[in-house]
Amino acid sequence: MPKILDRARARVLDDGAGLDEAGILEVLQLPDEDLPELLQLAHEVRMKWCGPEVEVEGIVSLKTGGCPEDCHFCSQSGLFASPVRAVWLDIPSLVEAAKQTAATGATEFCIVAAVRGPDKRLMDQMRAGVQAIKEAVDIQVAASLGMLTQEQVDELAEMGVHRYNHNLETCRSYFPNVVTTHSWEERWSTLTMVRESGMEVCCGGILGMGETLEQRAEFAAQLAELDPHEVPLNFLSPRPGTPFGDRPVVEGRDALRAIAAFRLAMPRTILRYAGGREITLGDLGTRDGLLGGINAMIVGNYLTTLGRSATADLELLKDLKMPVKSLSATF
Amino acid sequence: MYCDRCGLAAAEGDHAACVTARQLEPPRYCADCRRRMKVQVVPTGWTATCVEHGERRG
Repeated sequence: MPKILDRARARVLDDGAGLDEAGILEVLQLPDEDLPELLQLAHEVRMKWCGPEVEVEGIVSLKTGGCPEDCHFCSQSGLFASPVRAVWLDIPSLVEAAKQTAATGATEFCIVAAVRGPDKRLMDQMRAGVQAIKEAVDIQVAASLGMLTQEQVDELAEMGVHRYNHNLETCRSYFPNVVTTHSWEERWSTLTMVRESGMEVCCGGILGMGETLEQRAEFAAQLAELDPHEVPLNFLSPRPGTPFGDRPVVEGRDALRAIAAFRLAMPRTILRYAGGREITLGDLGTRDGLLGGINAMIVGNYLTTLGRSATADLELLKDLKMPVKSLSATF
Repeated sequence: MYCDRCGLAAAEGDHAACVTARQLEPPRYCADCRRRMKVQVVPTGWTATCVEHGERRG
Protein backbone atom coordinates (compact mmCIF):
# COMPACT_ATOMS: atom_id res chain seq x y z
CA MET A 1 0.00 0.00 0.00
CA PRO A 2 1.36 3.47 -0.84
CA LYS A 3 2.56 5.33 2.25
CA ILE A 4 0.09 8.16 1.70
CA LEU A 5 -2.79 5.69 1.95
CA ASP A 6 -1.34 4.29 5.20
CA ARG A 7 -1.15 7.82 6.56
CA ALA A 8 -4.65 8.64 5.32
CA ARG A 9 -6.04 5.50 6.94
CA ALA A 10 -4.67 6.54 10.32
CA ARG A 11 -5.40 10.25 10.10
CA VAL A 12 -8.70 10.36 8.18
CA LEU A 13 -10.39 7.01 8.74
CA ASP A 14 -9.32 6.43 12.33
CA ASP A 15 -9.15 10.01 13.63
CA GLY A 16 -11.60 11.85 11.35
CA ALA A 17 -9.10 14.58 10.48
CA GLY A 18 -8.70 15.66 6.86
CA LEU A 19 -5.49 15.37 4.85
CA ASP A 20 -3.46 18.54 4.48
CA GLU A 21 -2.62 20.09 1.09
CA ALA A 22 0.59 18.09 0.64
CA GLY A 23 -1.22 14.85 1.42
CA ILE A 24 -4.06 15.69 -0.97
CA LEU A 25 -1.51 16.30 -3.73
CA GLU A 26 0.12 12.93 -3.05
CA VAL A 27 -3.27 11.29 -3.45
CA LEU A 28 -3.96 13.13 -6.72
CA GLN A 29 -0.60 11.90 -8.02
CA LEU A 30 -1.19 8.22 -7.22
CA PRO A 31 -0.81 5.94 -10.26
CA ASP A 32 -3.79 4.20 -11.83
CA GLU A 33 -2.92 0.86 -10.25
CA ASP A 34 -3.53 2.35 -6.79
CA LEU A 35 -6.92 3.78 -7.73
CA PRO A 36 -9.06 0.82 -6.49
CA GLU A 37 -7.36 0.92 -3.10
CA LEU A 38 -7.78 4.71 -2.92
CA LEU A 39 -11.48 4.54 -3.76
CA GLN A 40 -12.00 1.78 -1.18
CA LEU A 41 -10.38 3.90 1.53
CA ALA A 42 -12.42 6.99 0.55
CA HIS A 43 -15.58 4.87 0.67
CA GLU A 44 -14.69 3.55 4.14
CA VAL A 45 -14.11 7.14 5.29
CA ARG A 46 -17.47 8.26 3.90
CA MET A 47 -19.29 5.30 5.51
CA LYS A 48 -17.63 5.82 8.90
CA TRP A 49 -18.01 9.60 9.15
CA CYS A 50 -21.16 10.23 7.07
CA GLY A 51 -23.04 6.96 6.91
CA PRO A 52 -24.66 5.13 4.01
CA GLU A 53 -27.38 7.68 3.24
CA VAL A 54 -27.23 9.73 0.05
CA GLU A 55 -28.67 13.25 -0.01
CA VAL A 56 -30.63 13.88 -3.19
CA GLU A 57 -31.25 17.36 -4.59
CA GLY A 58 -32.89 19.01 -7.56
CA ILE A 59 -31.91 22.41 -8.94
CA VAL A 60 -33.67 24.93 -11.12
CA SER A 61 -32.78 28.22 -12.73
CA LEU A 62 -35.04 31.05 -11.63
CA LYS A 63 -33.26 33.58 -13.87
CA THR A 64 -31.26 32.19 -16.78
CA GLY A 65 -28.66 33.96 -18.91
CA GLY A 66 -27.74 37.62 -19.28
CA CYS A 67 -25.25 37.55 -16.40
CA PRO A 68 -22.82 40.51 -16.28
CA GLU A 69 -19.96 38.37 -14.93
CA ASP A 70 -17.35 36.61 -17.09
CA CYS A 71 -16.97 33.18 -15.47
CA HIS A 72 -15.18 31.48 -18.37
CA PHE A 73 -16.97 28.15 -17.99
CA CYS A 74 -20.49 29.56 -17.99
CA SER A 75 -22.90 29.70 -20.92
CA GLN A 76 -25.06 32.19 -19.02
CA SER A 77 -22.61 35.08 -19.18
CA GLY A 78 -23.90 37.94 -21.30
CA LEU A 79 -20.31 38.68 -22.28
CA PHE A 80 -19.82 35.61 -24.48
CA ALA A 81 -21.39 34.55 -27.78
CA SER A 82 -23.35 31.76 -26.12
CA PRO A 83 -26.70 30.61 -27.55
CA VAL A 84 -28.32 30.81 -24.11
CA ARG A 85 -30.95 33.56 -23.97
CA ALA A 86 -32.16 35.35 -20.86
CA VAL A 87 -35.37 33.94 -19.38
CA TRP A 88 -37.20 34.09 -16.02
CA LEU A 89 -39.18 31.26 -14.47
CA ASP A 90 -42.62 32.18 -13.11
CA ILE A 91 -43.74 31.18 -9.60
CA PRO A 92 -46.26 28.47 -10.60
CA SER A 93 -43.57 26.79 -12.74
CA LEU A 94 -41.08 27.08 -9.86
CA VAL A 95 -43.50 25.37 -7.48
CA GLU A 96 -44.18 22.66 -10.06
CA ALA A 97 -40.42 22.06 -10.40
CA ALA A 98 -40.17 21.74 -6.60
CA LYS A 99 -43.03 19.21 -6.62
CA GLN A 100 -41.34 17.18 -9.34
CA THR A 101 -38.11 17.24 -7.36
CA ALA A 102 -39.81 16.14 -4.13
CA ALA A 103 -41.49 13.29 -6.01
CA THR A 104 -38.06 11.78 -6.65
CA GLY A 105 -37.46 11.56 -2.90
CA ALA A 106 -35.15 14.56 -2.91
CA THR A 107 -34.91 16.58 0.28
CA GLU A 108 -33.24 19.63 -1.25
CA PHE A 109 -34.43 22.05 -3.90
CA CYS A 110 -31.98 24.76 -4.89
CA ILE A 111 -33.16 27.92 -6.65
CA VAL A 112 -30.40 29.44 -8.77
CA ALA A 113 -30.08 32.77 -10.58
CA ALA A 114 -27.41 33.87 -13.05
CA VAL A 115 -26.51 37.21 -11.50
CA ARG A 116 -23.57 38.98 -9.88
CA GLY A 117 -25.81 39.39 -6.87
CA PRO A 118 -29.56 39.77 -6.37
CA ASP A 119 -31.43 43.04 -6.95
CA LYS A 120 -34.78 43.95 -5.40
CA ARG A 121 -36.74 42.28 -8.22
CA LEU A 122 -34.91 38.99 -7.68
CA MET A 123 -35.22 39.14 -3.89
CA ASP A 124 -38.97 39.81 -4.25
CA GLN A 125 -39.25 36.86 -6.65
CA MET A 126 -37.33 34.68 -4.17
CA ARG A 127 -39.58 35.68 -1.27
CA ALA A 128 -42.71 34.86 -3.27
CA GLY A 129 -41.19 31.64 -4.60
CA VAL A 130 -39.92 30.32 -1.26
CA GLN A 131 -43.25 31.06 0.40
CA ALA A 132 -45.20 29.35 -2.39
CA ILE A 133 -42.96 26.27 -2.27
CA LYS A 134 -43.18 25.98 1.50
CA GLU A 135 -46.99 26.13 1.30
CA ALA A 136 -47.17 23.42 -1.35
CA VAL A 137 -44.18 21.07 -1.00
CA ASP A 138 -42.38 19.31 1.84
CA ILE A 139 -38.80 20.04 0.84
CA GLN A 140 -35.84 22.09 2.07
CA VAL A 141 -35.19 25.20 -0.01
CA ALA A 142 -31.66 26.30 -0.84
CA ALA A 143 -30.56 29.27 -2.92
CA SER A 144 -27.70 30.36 -5.15
CA LEU A 145 -27.93 34.00 -6.13
CA GLY A 146 -24.33 35.15 -6.36
CA MET A 147 -22.66 37.59 -4.01
CA LEU A 148 -24.75 38.97 -1.16
CA THR A 149 -24.84 41.97 1.13
CA GLN A 150 -25.34 41.41 4.85
CA GLU A 151 -28.90 42.69 4.47
CA GLN A 152 -29.61 40.11 1.76
CA VAL A 153 -28.06 37.31 3.83
CA ASP A 154 -30.36 38.22 6.71
CA GLU A 155 -33.37 38.44 4.39
CA LEU A 156 -32.76 34.99 2.89
CA ALA A 157 -32.31 33.45 6.33
CA GLU A 158 -35.54 35.08 7.47
CA MET A 159 -37.37 33.68 4.39
CA GLY A 160 -36.44 30.18 5.52
CA VAL A 161 -33.68 29.42 3.03
CA HIS A 162 -31.72 26.80 4.97
CA ARG A 163 -28.63 26.45 2.78
CA TYR A 164 -26.84 28.91 0.51
CA ASN A 165 -24.65 27.85 -2.40
CA HIS A 166 -21.80 30.03 -3.53
CA ASN A 167 -19.00 28.15 -5.24
CA LEU A 168 -15.42 29.31 -5.04
CA GLU A 169 -15.14 27.40 -8.35
CA THR A 170 -11.37 26.87 -8.14
CA CYS A 171 -8.40 27.59 -5.93
CA ARG A 172 -7.37 31.11 -5.05
CA SER A 173 -4.22 31.05 -7.21
CA TYR A 174 -6.09 29.96 -10.38
CA PHE A 175 -9.25 32.03 -9.92
CA PRO A 176 -8.05 35.02 -12.01
CA ASN A 177 -7.76 32.62 -14.97
CA VAL A 178 -11.43 31.76 -14.60
CA VAL A 179 -13.12 35.01 -13.56
CA THR A 180 -11.93 38.61 -13.95
CA THR A 181 -15.08 40.58 -13.05
CA HIS A 182 -14.89 39.81 -9.35
CA SER A 183 -12.43 38.23 -6.95
CA TRP A 184 -12.08 35.00 -5.01
CA GLU A 185 -11.99 37.12 -1.85
CA GLU A 186 -15.38 38.66 -2.66
CA ARG A 187 -16.83 35.16 -2.87
CA TRP A 188 -15.17 34.20 0.41
CA SER A 189 -16.70 37.27 2.05
CA THR A 190 -20.23 36.19 1.07
CA LEU A 191 -19.54 32.69 2.40
CA THR A 192 -18.40 34.11 5.74
CA MET A 193 -21.60 36.13 6.09
CA VAL A 194 -23.72 33.11 5.18
CA ARG A 195 -22.04 30.98 7.84
CA GLU A 196 -22.52 33.64 10.51
CA SER A 197 -26.22 33.92 9.63
CA GLY A 198 -26.86 30.30 10.58
CA MET A 199 -27.65 29.16 7.05
CA GLU A 200 -25.73 26.09 5.96
CA VAL A 201 -22.82 26.79 3.64
CA CYS A 202 -22.66 25.00 0.30
CA CYS A 203 -19.45 25.65 -1.59
CA GLY A 204 -17.64 23.69 -4.26
CA GLY A 205 -16.38 24.18 -7.75
CA ILE A 206 -15.48 22.82 -11.14
CA LEU A 207 -12.55 20.55 -11.96
CA GLY A 208 -10.95 20.50 -15.40
CA MET A 209 -10.69 24.23 -16.11
CA GLY A 210 -6.96 24.05 -16.75
CA GLU A 211 -5.79 23.96 -13.14
CA THR A 212 -2.76 21.86 -12.25
CA LEU A 213 -2.87 18.97 -9.79
CA GLU A 214 -1.12 21.26 -7.31
CA GLN A 215 -3.93 23.79 -7.74
CA ARG A 216 -6.54 21.05 -7.40
CA ALA A 217 -4.95 20.13 -4.06
CA GLU A 218 -4.83 23.81 -3.10
CA PHE A 219 -8.54 24.08 -3.84
CA ALA A 220 -9.43 21.05 -1.71
CA ALA A 221 -7.36 22.43 1.17
CA GLN A 222 -9.02 25.84 0.89
CA LEU A 223 -12.45 24.24 0.93
CA ALA A 224 -11.44 22.21 3.98
CA GLU A 225 -10.43 25.45 5.69
CA LEU A 226 -13.86 26.90 4.88
CA ASP A 227 -15.44 23.69 6.25
CA PRO A 228 -18.70 23.86 4.28
CA HIS A 229 -21.69 21.72 5.10
CA GLU A 230 -21.77 20.63 1.46
CA VAL A 231 -19.29 20.54 -1.42
CA PRO A 232 -20.80 20.19 -4.92
CA LEU A 233 -18.20 18.75 -7.26
CA ASN A 234 -18.60 19.62 -10.94
CA PHE A 235 -16.51 18.47 -13.90
CA LEU A 236 -16.18 20.94 -16.73
CA SER A 237 -18.79 20.47 -19.44
CA PRO A 238 -17.30 22.69 -22.17
CA ARG A 239 -20.04 25.04 -23.34
CA PRO A 240 -20.12 26.41 -26.90
CA GLY A 241 -19.21 30.07 -27.14
CA THR A 242 -17.46 30.29 -23.77
CA PRO A 243 -13.69 30.78 -23.34
CA PHE A 244 -13.48 27.21 -21.99
CA GLY A 245 -15.66 25.81 -24.79
CA ASP A 246 -12.78 23.91 -26.40
CA ARG A 247 -11.18 22.49 -23.26
CA PRO A 248 -10.93 18.71 -23.01
CA VAL A 249 -13.22 16.80 -20.69
CA VAL A 250 -11.66 15.52 -17.44
CA GLU A 251 -10.48 11.93 -17.82
CA GLY A 252 -12.59 9.51 -15.77
CA ARG A 253 -9.76 8.13 -13.63
CA ASP A 254 -8.60 11.68 -12.79
CA ALA A 255 -12.14 12.54 -11.76
CA LEU A 256 -12.34 9.50 -9.48
CA ARG A 257 -8.94 10.32 -7.94
CA ALA A 258 -10.22 13.85 -7.28
CA ILE A 259 -13.44 12.59 -5.67
CA ALA A 260 -11.44 10.38 -3.31
CA ALA A 261 -8.93 13.16 -2.59
CA PHE A 262 -11.69 15.64 -1.72
CA ARG A 263 -13.28 13.03 0.57
CA LEU A 264 -9.96 12.47 2.33
CA ALA A 265 -9.60 16.25 2.72
CA MET A 266 -13.11 16.62 4.14
CA PRO A 267 -14.22 13.36 5.79
CA ARG A 268 -17.49 14.69 7.22
CA THR A 269 -18.81 16.95 4.46
CA ILE A 270 -21.68 16.22 2.08
CA LEU A 271 -19.75 15.60 -1.15
CA ARG A 272 -22.20 15.96 -4.00
CA TYR A 273 -22.11 14.90 -7.61
CA ALA A 274 -23.04 18.01 -9.59
CA GLY A 275 -22.70 18.87 -13.28
CA GLY A 276 -20.51 17.12 -15.82
CA ARG A 277 -20.50 13.61 -14.34
CA GLU A 278 -22.47 12.26 -17.29
CA ILE A 279 -19.77 13.11 -19.83
CA THR A 280 -16.74 12.65 -17.56
CA LEU A 281 -17.71 9.43 -15.80
CA GLY A 282 -20.66 7.89 -17.62
CA ASP A 283 -22.80 5.27 -15.93
CA LEU A 284 -19.99 3.03 -14.70
CA GLY A 285 -17.91 5.92 -13.38
CA THR A 286 -20.93 7.37 -11.60
CA ARG A 287 -21.22 4.10 -9.73
CA ASP A 288 -17.49 4.09 -8.94
CA GLY A 289 -17.68 7.61 -7.49
CA LEU A 290 -20.54 6.61 -5.20
CA LEU A 291 -18.25 3.82 -3.99
CA GLY A 292 -15.33 6.24 -3.70
CA GLY A 293 -16.42 9.10 -1.46
CA ILE A 294 -19.55 10.70 -2.96
CA ASN A 295 -22.60 10.79 -0.66
CA ALA A 296 -24.98 13.17 -2.40
CA MET A 297 -26.18 13.87 -5.90
CA ILE A 298 -28.11 16.29 -8.03
CA VAL A 299 -30.75 14.29 -9.87
CA GLY A 300 -32.53 15.21 -13.06
CA ASN A 301 -31.53 18.17 -15.19
CA TYR A 302 -29.13 20.99 -14.43
CA LEU A 303 -29.54 24.71 -15.11
CA THR A 304 -28.99 24.79 -18.87
CA THR A 305 -28.05 21.18 -19.64
CA LEU A 306 -29.69 17.82 -19.10
CA GLY A 307 -28.73 15.05 -16.69
CA ARG A 308 -29.46 11.37 -16.32
CA SER A 309 -33.04 10.57 -15.42
CA ALA A 310 -33.74 10.66 -11.71
CA THR A 311 -35.15 7.16 -12.04
CA ALA A 312 -31.82 5.81 -13.31
CA ASP A 313 -29.92 7.40 -10.43
CA LEU A 314 -32.40 6.19 -7.83
CA GLU A 315 -32.20 2.66 -9.26
CA LEU A 316 -28.42 2.85 -8.95
CA LEU A 317 -28.67 3.87 -5.28
CA LYS A 318 -31.07 1.00 -4.65
CA ASP A 319 -28.67 -1.38 -6.36
CA LEU A 320 -25.82 -0.10 -4.18
CA LYS A 321 -28.00 -0.42 -1.05
CA MET A 322 -27.51 3.26 -0.31
CA PRO A 323 -30.73 4.72 1.16
CA VAL A 324 -31.88 8.17 0.10
CA LYS A 325 -31.58 10.52 3.05
CA SER A 326 -35.06 11.35 4.34
CA LEU A 327 -36.32 14.82 5.15
CA SER A 328 -36.56 13.99 8.86
CA ALA A 329 -32.87 13.05 8.85
CA THR A 330 -31.85 16.47 7.55
CA PHE A 331 -32.97 18.42 10.64
CA MET B 1 -33.93 23.49 -41.99
CA TYR B 2 -31.30 24.20 -39.35
CA CYS B 3 -29.41 22.29 -36.67
CA ASP B 4 -31.16 23.08 -33.40
CA ARG B 5 -27.86 22.97 -31.50
CA CYS B 6 -25.47 25.11 -33.55
CA GLY B 7 -27.93 27.00 -35.74
CA LEU B 8 -26.17 26.21 -39.02
CA ALA B 9 -27.87 24.68 -42.04
CA ALA B 10 -28.69 21.06 -41.22
CA ALA B 11 -27.86 19.88 -44.73
CA GLU B 12 -24.39 21.44 -44.73
CA GLY B 13 -21.42 20.17 -42.74
CA ASP B 14 -21.18 17.40 -40.19
CA HIS B 15 -23.57 17.65 -37.24
CA ALA B 16 -22.68 14.32 -35.65
CA ALA B 17 -21.14 16.09 -32.63
CA CYS B 18 -24.29 18.19 -32.30
CA VAL B 19 -26.46 15.08 -32.32
CA THR B 20 -24.32 13.52 -29.58
CA ALA B 21 -24.30 16.71 -27.51
CA ARG B 22 -28.06 17.09 -27.84
CA GLN B 23 -28.52 13.96 -25.73
CA LEU B 24 -27.51 16.12 -22.76
CA GLU B 25 -28.68 19.54 -23.99
CA PRO B 26 -31.98 21.12 -24.94
CA PRO B 27 -32.27 22.74 -28.39
CA ARG B 28 -31.06 26.32 -28.62
CA TYR B 29 -32.00 27.32 -32.19
CA CYS B 30 -35.32 26.99 -33.98
CA ALA B 31 -34.93 24.29 -36.61
CA ASP B 32 -37.34 26.17 -38.89
CA CYS B 33 -35.86 29.68 -38.84
CA ARG B 34 -32.59 29.42 -36.80
CA ARG B 35 -33.76 32.07 -34.33
CA ARG B 36 -32.28 31.61 -30.87
CA MET B 37 -35.05 30.25 -28.64
CA LYS B 38 -35.91 31.08 -25.05
CA VAL B 39 -35.14 27.85 -23.21
CA GLN B 40 -36.16 26.92 -19.68
CA VAL B 41 -34.72 23.75 -18.20
CA VAL B 42 -36.45 22.23 -15.15
CA PRO B 43 -35.47 19.06 -13.23
CA THR B 44 -37.65 16.78 -15.34
CA GLY B 45 -37.76 18.49 -18.73
CA TRP B 46 -37.39 21.64 -20.81
CA THR B 47 -39.34 24.08 -22.95
CA ALA B 48 -37.90 25.98 -25.91
CA THR B 49 -39.86 28.84 -27.42
CA CYS B 50 -39.35 30.45 -30.82
CA VAL B 51 -41.07 33.79 -31.20
CA GLU B 52 -42.21 32.76 -34.70
CA HIS B 53 -42.72 28.99 -34.49
CA GLY B 54 -43.94 28.47 -30.95
CA GLU B 55 -43.01 26.10 -28.14
CA ARG B 56 -41.29 22.72 -28.13
CA ARG B 57 -41.06 20.49 -25.06
CA GLY B 58 -38.85 17.67 -24.02
